Amino acid sequence: MSDSAHTLATSTGLDSRKLAIWTFIGSECLFFASLISNYLVQKPRSLVGPFAHEAWTDPASGQVFEPIIEIPLVTVGTALLLFSSLFIVLALNGAQRGNRKQLLGWLGATLACGIFFVGMQVYEFNHFVHKGLTLQQNLFGASFYVLTGFHGTHVTIGVIWLLTMFVLALRRQLPPERAVNLEIAALYWHFVDVVWIIIFPVVYLIK
Amino acid sequence: MDAHSTAHEHGHPTPGTYAKIGLFLFILTALEVGLYEGTYGDHAGALGASLQPFFVPLLLALSAVKFALVAMYYMHLKNDSKLFSGVFVFPIIIAAVIIVGLVILQAYHWAFSTGG
Repeated sequence: MSDSAHTLATSTGLDSRKLAIWTFIGSECLFFASLISNYLVQKPRSLVGPFAHEAWTDPASGQVFEPIIEIPLVTVGTALLLFSSLFIVLALNGAQRGNRKQLLGWLGATLACGIFFVGMQVYEFNHFVHKGLTLQQNLFGASFYVLTGFHGTHVTIGVIWLLTMFVLALRRQLPPERAVNLEIAALYWHFVDVVWIIIFPVVYLIK
Repeated sequence: MDAHSTAHEHGHPTPGTYAKIGLFLFILTALEVGLYEGTYGDHAGALGASLQPFFVPLLLALSAVKFALVAMYYMHLKNDSKLFSGVFVFPIIIAAVIIVGLVILQAYHWAFSTGG
């Protein structure tokens, strides 16, 4: 489609692109359900540590491994991801009303939150590896890295997508009649947020 | 299409409403972490022990409220077409059934294999 402002009439009367992103999001729910199920099933089957919330002593070497999960940093990341959802609806509101300053400001804030979250996860993974939890160490490590890693990948894709929207807005190529392009990106971003709303308690808080 | 979109936009919440929901989501997250600290934290004590049976249900309830608020207001499902809601909610129901089903099966398998 050469001009996203002109959409073809559909039998549903709805924008096909919005229906497509909602269908994609629906399929992603099942994808993350499989990863969360895998985590919940595999985590208690770990035979050796380190573990999420309990210390573990290696019987062979006598080395003590501290609990892996650290709540404070991930809570900050969670709060920022939640706030980024607020920021992007404010950016979308600006795009729909043709308020470029509002659009750029809140979209920039959303990007900053997203980049911080990805940075937090990179730091966290690095920290966990140094504490002895690798992908191959035990079933908790494997299922943890797969679940949170796939989520982090989704956040990274979202950051890249929003960055393209930011550049378009800077070039004045995101007028109100094309705000639906940002709305679709925002729907993806909110989905990434709601998945984390589930992952945060399941992985970090529930023992 | 334009008229349809405009009609939807009129139903969207105002920035003030978005901010209130954002604040509420933040409070709910603080409650989740507070609940964790109150139940399992270093200073949990007797109250923490009494909270333990309710910890997981309370945490899941708080998460469900946060999930619903983001979906309804930030993703605009409350005012948007019901078709979008259906396309989103139907897979969520299947997802929930998959997660609960697998966890129950795993618990049974664990109980039988350990003779419990």
